[in-house]
Amino acid sequence: MSQLPDSTSDLSRRSLLRGTAAAGLLATPAVGLLSACAGSSTGDDKADTGAKTDDNPLGVADSGKVDVVVFNGGLGDAYAKFDVTVFNKKHAGVTVNLSSTQKIKTEQQPKFSTTPADLINNAGADIMALDTLVNEGALTELTPLLDAPSWDDPNTKVRDTLLPGTVNDGTFDGKVFVLNYAYTVFGMWYNQALFDKNSWTVPTTFDEFFTLAPKIKAAGTAPFAFAGKYPYYMRWAIMSWIWQSGGKSAVVDIDNLKPGCWKTPEVMAALEATEKLVKDGYTLPGSATLSHTESQQAFLDGKAALLPCGTWLENEMRQTIPAGFQMKLANFWGVSANDKAKGAVFAGSGENWIVPKKAANAAAGMEFLRAMFSVEGAGKFAELTSSLSSRIGSGDKVTNSTALVSAGEVMKKASGDLVSFKHPDWYADVDKAEQNAIGELMAGRMTAAKFADTLQAATDKVAGDSSIKKFTRDA
Amino acid sequence: MRHGKARFVTSFLFLPVLLYVFYVLWPYAQDIGYSLTNWGGYSDTQEFVGLDNYVRLVKDELIRKAFWHSVFFLVTVPVFTIALALLFAFLLNVGGRGSRAGVRGVWGSHVYKVVFFFPQVLSLVLVAIMWQAIYRGDEQGLLNGLLMKIGLVDPEKPLQFVADPSPFLGVPTVLWWLLLIAVWGGTGFYMVLFSAAMQSIPKDIFEAATLDGATRVKTFFRITLPLLRDSVSVAWVYLGFIALDMYALVYVMTPSQGGPDHASEVFASVINFTAFNKGQFGYACAIAVALGIFTLLLAAVQLRVTRRERIEY
Repeated sequence: MSQLPDSTSDLSRRSLLRGTAAAGLLATPAVGLLSACAGSSTGDDKADTGAKTDDNPLGVADSGKVDVVVFNGGLGDAYAKFDVTVFNKKHAGVTVNLSSTQKIKTEQQPKFSTTPADLINNAGADIMALDTLVNEGALTELTPLLDAPSWDDPNTKVRDTLLPGTVNDGTFDGKVFVLNYAYTVFGMWYNQALFDKNSWTVPTTFDEFFTLAPKIKAAGTAPFAFAGKYPYYMRWAIMSWIWQSGGKSAVVDIDNLKPGCWKTPEVMAALEATEKLVKDGYTLPGSATLSHTESQQAFLDGKAALLPCGTWLENEMRQTIPAGFQMKLANFWGVSANDKAKGAVFAGSGENWIVPKKAANAAAGMEFLRAMFSVEGAGKFAELTSSLSSRIGSGDKVTNSTALVSAGEVMKKASGDLVSFKHPDWYADVDKAEQNAIGELMAGRMTAAKFADTLQAATDKVAGDSSIKKFTRDA
Repeated sequence: MRHGKARFVTSFLFLPVLLYVFYVLWPYAQDIGYSLTNWGGYSDTQEFVGLDNYVRLVKDELIRKAFWHSVFFLVTVPVFTIALALLFAFLLNVGGRGSRAGVRGVWGSHVYKVVFFFPQVLSLVLVAIMWQAIYRGDEQGLLNGLLMKIGLVDPEKPLQFVADPSPFLGVPTVLWWLLLIAVWGGTGFYMVLFSAAMQSIPKDIFEAATLDGATRVKTFFRITLPLLRDSVSVAWVYLGFIALDMYALVYVMTPSQGGPDHASEVFASVINFTAFNKGQFGYACAIAVALGIFTLLLAAVQLRVTRRERIEY
């Protein structure tokens, strides 16, 4: 999954600003400060391992300690604290040092090559780039964990308790280095109450949207709002449209940096429809400059009818959702009658958890993750956060949220493969170029054709740069 | 006695110097070392690549863009800040001309002093949040809302402020809006600095000028400014550093931290992106070294240009 915003509040204003303060201290002439203790190898202090049994498949020693770092963002850290009790039920002798922070990179990067924590929730605005971590060989492979029996049932592997896409989302070149703990469904949000009042129906194609939009506008509401300040929010919609229009292969080609991948008629159809959405004036005026929370608040205030976002929306905006607002999710609408993957849903796992290569007690780090994926741990997560965990069935007991229920319905109607894209995680240069171009496209300063040219150039440049490690996917 | 004094001084200086060497000079040295490698930032392996990073730096278009943006701030931030600070300081200290004799500031100058200095006590984070509300790009923005109400801005096309890459006087508009924040935030401090300097100028000089019939403008240019030369040149150097470090504002205020579409990249934002997003610490260190050299040269030039004989009074 690309750049899931660590569920609820990636880039929440507060965490962003905190990150900024830290970054401001570190940047400028003294980048060297950051590097203060790297490059010098220290002796590996590996913890003892215990015997591997069915109940202890990873061979965790029954004493010692495990350092776990949780990102204290929109999802909070209460669920991780609960997981400590779950973990200690099987490993009473192991001390869990759970620390929560919002400055993952600031705190973890300097010691990553020497004495990192054993399990890190790599999330938030201050995130460590995954492609870099993988390229540098800095992560422990998590395959042993996936093949281990699950916490509750020795006959089911951990791998088989996960929602579709979870393993794939953490796979780099065939190896699993990351497990994402939260599960997110993306789509267009709307207020059922507002749509009922005006007897509007939620569009399922761009044509329907372009028919409906003038009516919405006539009612004094902007048809469409988006978070222009952070263009990757709009990328979720655009990549879904490309997937629906051109089928899975269109997105796979983009991820694989294939020549001409941005210029196929199907991709152009999706881009041109997006351009028309902007050019015809159906976006909330000024939306191109708004942050995610500003655009979301505008949506909640009824200034816009539709908003692309993921299922963390309700939790993120909980404080300011007006009474009577029926927040519901619909799948991203299709592009044209010729769509190759009609009704494909964009969903997947987010909220990275990683075990550093240099972790002193990697086995216990993985074991803690295994405990988190227990029935008890995952259920508590859904209960505390109103978000799904990437473990199957975590949200079964949560029913008091129209958002979560509608997301469940979107998932039920999903056809074919789930939409997923990888290139922003794989290639920072393509990511940057794409975000910039989306910003320009959505501000009406760039045409679809120029967009395709720009992205093709960026893609070709990375493809031709032998110093950048390449990844490929076929699924 | 002499020997004892040296030991006394050394004993006091040893710890600070040690800390300084370890936490400031040593990282600088490491930075230079890493700039000659292809280190990625997260592993303990790196290869020595010689001056490759520096060769690449010279050809990098993004760096060139960031360089010119930094030059823009380097010129405009000191010029506007110092000009405004001087004007305010002059008005607050000697600009008043009541019916009474003597030299004083304009009426209510004590209040103004506090008001102008106020931004200085706010943390940069608060400043950024406040200006985000002012610059907000829809009808809820302070400026946009106001301008829409009085009909100066089309509600369909609100001002974009820091999300506007279109050129104004040949420079992306976003940079001008960031400049406004920097000048607003910096003026108060330098106003106080200049005020203090002005108060140390003997009043009889001003009184003599007044008796000779000098206007306020003449007094300012013929008397005040020449006597403030030292303070102004110090301010110039400080503001030069601040101008090179517009990073915090760029990071918080602009879309995709340096955008839209690279329109507000400065050195530090490129360093941040290169080191942390692209994972090229070696190259980022090389950019940082280049920025360091640039800063040193700049300080040397500024101090040289503004050096002049001191006037005793």
